[in-house]
Amino acid sequence: MQTLFYILAGTALVAGALVVFQTHPLRSALWLIVNFFAVAGIYLLASAEFIAAIQIIVYAGAIMVLFLFVIMLLNLRQPEEPMPMSALGSRILAVTLAVTTGFLVMFGLKQAVIIPARTGPPGLGNTESVARLLFTDYLLPFEVTSVLLLVAIVGAVILSKSRLK
Amino acid sequence: MNLLALIVLTAIKITLVLVVFLTAIAYTVLMERKVLGFIQLRYGPNRVGPWGLLQPLADLLKLLFKEDFTPPHVNRVLFVLAPIITAVTAFLPFAVIPFARQIFPDEFTFYGVTFDLTAAGLNQGVIADINVGLLYVFAMGSLAVYGAVLGGWASNNKYSLLGGLRYAAQMVSYELALGLSVIGVLMLAGSLSLVKIVEAQKDMWFIVYQPLGFILFLTAALAECARTPFDLIECENELVAGYQTEYSSMKWALFMLGEYCHIIVASALAVTLFFGGWQGPYLPPIIWFTLKTFILVFVFIWIRGTYPRFRFDQLMQLGWKVMLPLCLANILVTGAVMLLV
Repeated sequence: MQTLFYILAGTALVAGALVVFQTHPLRSALWLIVNFFAVAGIYLLASAEFIAAIQIIVYAGAIMVLFLFVIMLLNLRQPEEPMPMSALGSRILAVTLAVTTGFLVMFGLKQAVIIPARTGPPGLGNTESVARLLFTDYLLPFEVTSVLLLVAIVGAVILSKSRLK
Repeated sequence: MNLLALIVLTAIKITLVLVVFLTAIAYTVLMERKVLGFIQLRYGPNRVGPWGLLQPLADLLKLLFKEDFTPPHVNRVLFVLAPIITAVTAFLPFAVIPFARQIFPDEFTFYGVTFDLTAAGLNQGVIADINVGLLYVFAMGSLAVYGAVLGGWASNNKYSLLGGLRYAAQMVSYELALGLSVIGVLMLAGSLSLVKIVEAQKDMWFIVYQPLGFILFLTAALAECARTPFDLIECENELVAGYQTEYSSMKWALFMLGEYCHIIVASALAVTLFFGGWQGPYLPPIIWFTLKTFILVFVFIWIRGTYPRFRFDQLMQLGWKVMLPLCLANILVTGAVMLLV
């Protein structure tokens, strides 16, 4: 179990780093899919089969397909030229940001306490228990999320259709 | 039983199922050519072997010996990867579809060593009975799109790219209807495990309670398999052959393998969800399962021989404006009836 976790976590980290360091957006998208698979594997190890399946269906199967769709429509064949490092100001800003983030990460890591792994009750991550929680204790957030998505859909329709008039 | 024996026995079982499955795919191709021939008042292949029964073998040999040409200016890695993704994601869903109750005895003795086959369900008529079986099938189905999309993009050809883009749009639109069309079945069975869904149909097939669900499922499955009338991705009068244009030899064969594999998996899934799976009187379960599956495969071929192709706007209208509301209405009515009865 532990070995599998380290393999999956390593894959997720390496794929995640490769997403950032690719010059071509299509390759970034493909490495992101690899990352999703590794994370889905970690969910499986935590015996959350439902979440793992949903991770693959929604993220790898639907959202990334739309990403690829857009990338291909834009037809970004050639990797873009690396942006010229122009002003001194932006360099100073970049270094400051990097150092600050580094300090924050180190501070966070020092504060972190490693909790020993706990095993949940059997069937914690399966469909029934997720559904039970979603439709009882978390019903209001669940419904509010759906309204939020509806707002986003209406917004997208208005943005795309207003130009046609 | 130790881990090594378990792995070896599982591998043997998977190989056995895969060999039967591959043979079934090869003969589905022959069946399609024969049935289409019958529909179009011609003979179909009838030269190789009796009634053309050796035709799949001849096709395979021909494909193996064809030149495997990779055009210049393609993205080599993705060009090779795309057919592999298509074939693999087409095979994987079959792992959770139950084709019999039990195919091996509980234990067997091999050179004096007794193996307990009840471990990890090795004696069961399914490779893996997982509790999110149906979601697993949909997950693999949703990954199938990458084969066509990446193949179309990597070919560096306008027609291929358009085919791939059409496929992506079509899959994303019809996945929704496909997922929603089986919710009624899930409500009746109360489980996502395909083995449990089959057991829930002991007394009555779900097609009786879910006729609309079945029609919606079949339509969405046709669209997901990109079969006529939804085969806009390889629409030859507009796009040459869509995403497959630049492919030849075994790479092209892998795309074809994926397509026919999808047909069998979709039929087997429909049998499992709506027609009681392997259950039936008198005949052994595996015969019932094969029979029901191939009747549905025949329906797929029949539809191909009957209907003309949609236009792309018709396809989108059907998906979003007809199928989706009908699916939601089906869920609502099923829920209401279940509450009242």
